[in-house]
Amino acid sequence: MISPNEQPLTAERQAQIDGVLEAHDFDPTQIVGILLEVQDLEPLHYVPRPTAYYIAQKLSMRVTNIYDILCFYDQLSTKPRARYPIQVCGSIACRVNASERLADTLKRLLGIDYGETTYDGRFTLERITCFGACDRAPAVRINGHVYDHLDSEEKIRALLASLD
Amino acid sequence: MEEVRFLTANFGRYDTSSISSYMNIGGFSALKKAVTMDGEDIAALIAANKVKGRGGAAYDMGRKWSQARAVKGKDKVIICNADEGETTTFKDRELIRQDPFNLIEAMIIAGYVMGATDGYIYMRAEYACFRPLLLSAIRQAERYGFLGTDILGRGFDFHLHLYSGAGAYVCGEGTALIRSIEGKAGRPRMKPPFIKVSGLFARPTCLNNVESLSLVPHLLLDAEKRYAALGTEESRGTKMVSVAGNVNAPGAFEIPFGTPLGDIIARAGGVQGGRRIRVLQLGGASGKVQAGTDEVLDTPYTYEDLAAIGLTVGSGGILVVDERTSLIDFLRMNQEFFSEECCGQCTPCREGNVHIARFLEKLQAGTITEEEIGLMSGIAEVMSRSSLCGLGETAQNTLLSAMRVFPEVFTAGGASHE
Repeated sequence: MISPNEQPLTAERQAQIDGVLEAHDFDPTQIVGILLEVQDLEPLHYVPRPTAYYIAQKLSMRVTNIYDILCFYDQLSTKPRARYPIQVCGSIACRVNASERLADTLKRLLGIDYGETTYDGRFTLERITCFGACDRAPAVRINGHVYDHLDSEEKIRALLASLD
Repeated sequence: MEEVRFLTANFGRYDTSSISSYMNIGGFSALKKAVTMDGEDIAALIAANKVKGRGGAAYDMGRKWSQARAVKGKDKVIICNADEGETTTFKDRELIRQDPFNLIEAMIIAGYVMGATDGYIYMRAEYACFRPLLLSAIRQAERYGFLGTDILGRGFDFHLHLYSGAGAYVCGEGTALIRSIEGKAGRPRMKPPFIKVSGLFARPTCLNNVESLSLVPHLLLDAEKRYAALGTEESRGTKMVSVAGNVNAPGAFEIPFGTPLGDIIARAGGVQGGRRIRVLQLGGASGKVQAGTDEVLDTPYTYEDLAAIGLTVGSGGILVVDERTSLIDFLRMNQEFFSEECCGQCTPCREGNVHIARFLEKLQAGTITEEEIGLMSGIAEVMSRSSLCGLGETAQNTLLSAMRVFPEVFTAGGASHE
């Protein structure tokens, strides 16, 4: 069932998804990697329901299995995020290096809390457990890219301004 | 401090995007040597060097390979665990980034030794930026005939596949990782059946960490037995460590076993501001802790010496937390990690993490009673003994070791003592 506020797949998106599926040999075991890539086709970096249904059909998988995966893994989202989801590392190595101050500064500058999106759909703030950049703390990860040593408000402002 | 380059010998010496560059520095000569040897002799070579698995469990690697060889079955599988999810652990990241071809060569050698037909690299989503590098390395190795059918004319077939995680710490656990590669949610399952008999796609499976595998080509070419000459009798050779937290120059580097902990921290630039160390955590979020006393800092980094002071090598991560953070704050941050990453499947881990988090909150508020402290350690013990998988079993390592090392903090009204 596709809810009324969700757009059906465009022909363009469908072709892009087909491309991803083909690159993964239409192999259902590669579903996690497929969903990660498909998610980034969306400007708001999530897997819309029509996309999940379409992939289920193409790979002869059950939709429930696709949603089991979408709900299980932190890096996959069923809800629209933002063009730039900002992931703040919550691990100790980052937190003893002022990642809390980084998070507080981001919250203040953007006017949002964790799990919220700015009014213009540019940023969401997400807290994740560890992305393996402990030697570059405090850091954030945005669309797969790590921005490190964000230890002053100037650097944080410059980063936000550099994202379109 | 003495600099050694054994495992990291290739770092910076070749263009990681080019197989011919790798071959120019002797790449694939370990594989060429391996295929002239009996697989059992390769397992014996690993055992003779007393190599222990570098993912955290420290299982005797030579024995593991020998056992995997002995399993009957034509369609065996090798998996490389590149789901480096322990906090403060990023040494595998450097091995993948700076020496991808060595890892691929190691996988092929493992395939030859075990008689496996397929190899899988399971890499965490956070390292997705290295995917193009590894994929290109695999494609090049295929073109050069190091992967595929009849490798080096020895009638041995081996194919390599790259799979991605998607942000779940629990997928570092063997059975969860396997389910994730099978295209399912990564929930661990009960053992037996053990994965060496029935693992990925119900095929006999041998799972190894990136660093464990990466060591093998170097060992095969170590004619002068340089590796065995390093380290101590029980902990031979070298180890990749990653140091982070309140240090001036965090990073991942190779050390000879036996290097004192204090020297490793000095190599990472020393403690920020020359402060006192509140707590050291070795082996990531599931690791054990010690205080930063002289006795601890003088302890050689070996399996046996660390064990004597209640620590383990674990994932190779070394977290330094200075006096600005209280022990209880540290424990609460560590607990948040497990409360978040627990898969929720088994009762001890799901419920235990919730209750431990509450007790730590009370400990910080100074409202905890002696009885509750007893209950807290009791729950932690139950979790370590009865959880379904390694995550739950090790989630309270940090707390339990902290209770032994810093008993003064765990008294009614604990926070006021710090």
